[in-house]
Amino acid sequence: MTEKKSWFKTGVGLLLTGLMLFPVYWMVNVSFTRDQDIRKSPPDWFPVPGTLAGYRAVLHQQGPYIATSVVVGFGTVALTLLLAAPAGYSLARLRPRGGSLLSFVLLIAQMIPGIIMAMGFYAIFLNLKVINTLPGLIVADSTLAVPFGVLIFTAFMSGIPEELLQAARIDGAGHLRSFWSVVLPVSRNSIVTVSLFAFLWAWSDFIFANTLDGGGKHLPITLGIYHYIGNNNQQWSAIMATAVVASIPATVLLVIAQRYVAAGVTAGAVKD
Amino acid sequence: MAAWAFLAPVTIYLVVFYAYPLYRSLDLSLRNYTVRSFVYGHAPFSGFKNYSVDLHDPTFTPALLHTLIFTVVSIAFQFVIGLALAVFFVHHFRLSATLRALFLVPWLLPLIVSASTWSWMLNSEAGVVNSVLHSVGIAPVNWLTAPKWALVSVIIANIWIGIPFNLVLMYSGLQAISPDIYEAASLDGANGWQRFWRVTFPLLRPVTAVTLLLGLVYTLKVFDIIWIMTRGGPAGASTTFATWSYQLSFGNLLPAFGPGAAVANMLIVMTLIFGFVYFRIQRKQRES
Repeated sequence: MTEKKSWFKTGVGLLLTGLMLFPVYWMVNVSFTRDQDIRKSPPDWFPVPGTLAGYRAVLHQQGPYIATSVVVGFGTVALTLLLAAPAGYSLARLRPRGGSLLSFVLLIAQMIPGIIMAMGFYAIFLNLKVINTLPGLIVADSTLAVPFGVLIFTAFMSGIPEELLQAARIDGAGHLRSFWSVVLPVSRNSIVTVSLFAFLWAWSDFIFANTLDGGGKHLPITLGIYHYIGNNNQQWSAIMATAVVASIPATVLLVIAQRYVAAGVTAGAVKD
Repeated sequence: MAAWAFLAPVTIYLVVFYAYPLYRSLDLSLRNYTVRSFVYGHAPFSGFKNYSVDLHDPTFTPALLHTLIFTVVSIAFQFVIGLALAVFFVHHFRLSATLRALFLVPWLLPLIVSASTWSWMLNSEAGVVNSVLHSVGIAPVNWLTAPKWALVSVIIANIWIGIPFNLVLMYSGLQAISPDIYEAASLDGANGWQRFWRVTFPLLRPVTAVTLLLGLVYTLKVFDIIWIMTRGGPAGASTTFATWSYQLSFGNLLPAFGPGAAVANMLIVMTLIFGFVYFRIQRKQRES
């Protein structure tokens, strides 16, 4: 491609990206807009003069919600890794009978609408009296990530050179030792990928939070925003500031794990 | 033996946290449940009565229609835009990798963030969309509050969210096409447009099928966007099976768990039909 043509395409690309990300810009813009300017018509395209009032409101009102989401996020990550990593190792290296059936079931599990899971969990949690508790929410949120985790670990661990495992076996390592001191350390990238997505999905979850923790003492950030929208329709700069804060994990993921994001997008299409 | 020891936790997990909730929601749909029976047990078995209640509900036909429109229109636009972008990005240029990564942002954002941002952008009086329309002489539209626009509004937001998924899958499909084929085509004197329709597009058929079917499975179950933006309203104008089911079970003071679960189960049947078509196609592709 000629030099000139390449720059032309970059220009078009920038324009398209700008268009696509306009809603994100708008969220940031409104988050800095003063209350008296928020209903101006036409609206201000830049937050000048801006205000940090929205972010001060987040700081004062949303702290507990954010803390809850962090706890739920890490809980979900821990539970997901604990279940998915050994399963991936088994499916990839030990290839048990019925393993491919299990992989198939996991693919189907990803397709089940959240509303159905929410209803089932609601009935169960009510009986077990874990409704409106964080452990209950963590378990429900983990269902968003466990199938994906197993599929990613299986795909990754299949690629580990056999010589590595053979060497461990010659040294007398059993399956548990091999898994713990050979497979896990070289699987760092897949552990990071699965953790990031498990965290992001738990952090972003709305339907489980609203049905299973709606009346709880500790509510996650998604419900913080949801109640914000419901209660004070006027304070849009505060709502959008909360939305900006709620977007931080997604941004972090994009910045530090860009090349794994596509894996998450195509989770359902992962081939066995 | 050792293999299944490593698989045991996830197998138990699947039974307890997938199969059992699914069984419970199926059970819900076959019984006459109330809040009381949740606490004290004893919900009488009622067979398919909840399903027949749903079928005779005046919401049924509109909800089915909205679900179909929402799904088909969303996917059509997501796919065409995603494919066009994939074609645009397939030949590298300066910053192309960075820009392509930025296109994933709508998919990564929590749905509550996207939905509330779109709600404010589409606000009748102070929304930026109406303001832009005004500047080109178009009268303001009541995007979220007029029955004839509510479904359009949630579809627009959903298209925006779904573009990255289509872009990523179609991009990977394009990358798999060998450059030699293009060379042969251009030697034959085919121009860009002809090359796309006669060479690229037919070669993309397998990945297209996968993308559309998975899109179908994921779009049928969309709940958050619609519920947060319109709650299925106004007056049911943007109610789909997913929001209707939620509305019945959790949206009213007196929950109708049975009929709500029945709607959810009809939704899962629709989803799984397309899911199995997807698996069949994938298997066929692997074999050939």
